[in-house]
Amino acid sequence: MTVTAATLRMPRPPGVVRWLCDVLALTRRNMVHIAREPLQLSDVTVQPVLFTLLFVYVFGAGVVVAGGQSYADFAIAGLLAFSLTTSAMGTGVGLSTDLNSGVIDRLGTLPMWRPAVLVSRSITDLLTSCLCALMVAVTGLCVGWRPTGGVGSIAAGFAIFLLFAYALSWGCACLGLVSKGPESAQGIGLVILFPLAIVSNVLVPTQHMPAVIRAVADWNPVSAVTAAGRTLWHNPNPSASIHAWPMRHPVEASLLWCALLLLVFAPLGTVLYRRRTTG
Amino acid sequence: MIRAEGLQKRFGPTIALAGVDLDVPPGSILGVLGPNGSGKTTLVRILTTLSRPTAGSAWVAGHDVVREAPAVRRIIGVTAQSATVDELLTGRQNLVLVGQLSGLRRGDARSRAEELLAQFDLTDAADRVLNGYSGGMRRRLDLAAGLVTRPPVLFLDEPTTGLDPTSRVRMWDVIRVLVKDGATLLLTTQYLDEADELADRILVIDHGKVIAEGTSAELKSATGGARLEVNLSESHTNAAALLDPFVSGPVHESQDGRRLRAPVRSGSGLASTVMRAFEAAGITVDDIEVHRPSLDDVFFSLTGHPSAPDDAGDANEEPLRAEVEAVRP
Repeated sequence: MTVTAATLRMPRPPGVVRWLCDVLALTRRNMVHIAREPLQLSDVTVQPVLFTLLFVYVFGAGVVVAGGQSYADFAIAGLLAFSLTTSAMGTGVGLSTDLNSGVIDRLGTLPMWRPAVLVSRSITDLLTSCLCALMVAVTGLCVGWRPTGGVGSIAAGFAIFLLFAYALSWGCACLGLVSKGPESAQGIGLVILFPLAIVSNVLVPTQHMPAVIRAVADWNPVSAVTAAGRTLWHNPNPSASIHAWPMRHPVEASLLWCALLLLVFAPLGTVLYRRRTTG
Repeated sequence: MIRAEGLQKRFGPTIALAGVDLDVPPGSILGVLGPNGSGKTTLVRILTTLSRPTAGSAWVAGHDVVREAPAVRRIIGVTAQSATVDELLTGRQNLVLVGQLSGLRRGDARSRAEELLAQFDLTDAADRVLNGYSGGMRRRLDLAAGLVTRPPVLFLDEPTTGLDPTSRVRMWDVIRVLVKDGATLLLTTQYLDEADELADRILVIDHGKVIAEGTSAELKSATGGARLEVNLSESHTNAAALLDPFVSGPVHESQDGRRLRAPVRSGSGLASTVMRAFEAAGITVDDIEVHRPSLDDVFFSLTGHPSAPDDAGDANEEPLRAEVEAVRP
């Protein structure tokens, strides 16, 4: 078979356009991976739905929310925070899988924007977080969760959750970069993310926790994000009466936490990636 | 085009490269020949910016591989030893991805992918996910991925490892065409015939050091010339004397007098000339052979050990190689 030689235009010069193209190409590649193995999405689809139903119907039956408000209204923001936090390790696991395959060597010899590997991974994770939020919200609506406060306020609440998930995924990317393989990345992630998600106000109010744990919970970014969601959605927020600064200003605290996570972990991830890929 | 001076690489206490110098002129093929664990892959990884040397420097088209790595990446094409294609993408998606990440526009990346798929006989499998590819198909796709931008400098790390003989010969043809088009190529191999077949110059490395360098002919003549071997139906007293004018050294006769061996300066028609001389003298010849020295002989005479896989080698070469080498004659 003969094929006339394709005439190629000059490659795009390095620059912002080129960076975006690299990120887009790799994000598309990650999406193809998900399409080939859709089961890897279970932690942002099946699991959030299952947890929401379990918590609302099993725990909710035995929990009385102060003021007699519905447990579902209290719980959904917490369950969304919980699901997003525990699934954030997907970034680290995906990155670790790539690092341990030959693909990373191919990428290393291409004239691409190197951080595109990390950025595309975090964007993929953001997209799956959107799916997670959608699943929790729809399930929530079905079990009686009712956000109020106007479209803008409700959207702002979701935006904070997604921003937090995005920022956290950079932290998880760093864990993926220092772990030996995908299994250990998963393991490390579990050990860090589960306590992070649980020692907070997501499932129960912090008021009755022991003093030390309570201090940790009140300053936990997951608590701030959850409190921000409850505030913006006009859902019951027992944390509002707590004196810790993040609980009195949950929206501001959430935004600061996200900024801090990104400022620390994005540059750190870039350095770790460079170190890991040029031995 | 590719130059290295005193390249060293240490992994903790292990010395992978112990000072390698090389120089590949534009448009030529350098074959880097060595057994497993000799440092070939480490050398290629440094030259292709995947690894930093512990000491020494290297340049590709004048660009320093450490300080000007992005410039180097713009002009090289690489086919690494282990498969570097994405298992979950189709062949076409892999090539388009590489094109896009090399800065090609989507349309260009697609048409180039199409062209390479045809050139490497992968058109029928283009839209299949790589899980369903054979080893040879993967290898071809990997080579194709290294050629997407038509790079002027190519690095092929054991390009035919794991291929069946037909695919190997086809791969050689592809490589020859690349160089005819003006590419400069550095090729590593542990197949001596491959270096012999393709390379303009050969660098023999062992334990991270260059132990010989030259053309295939130079390396062979360093080992000694060709050898003539004649097997007779029956021993004959005049046989050795008869052979004497054609050879360049003493004739060695086996105990039963039926097998004669002697060094020769290999010239064309030698076998038939000798044959006729024996026939004229009424001696029946069973079998006559001129052995040219193989690079195997070269390797053996240089290192004192055969070119078979080295168990003490480092871990950056995959164990599969050992089996492949073992079944080769």
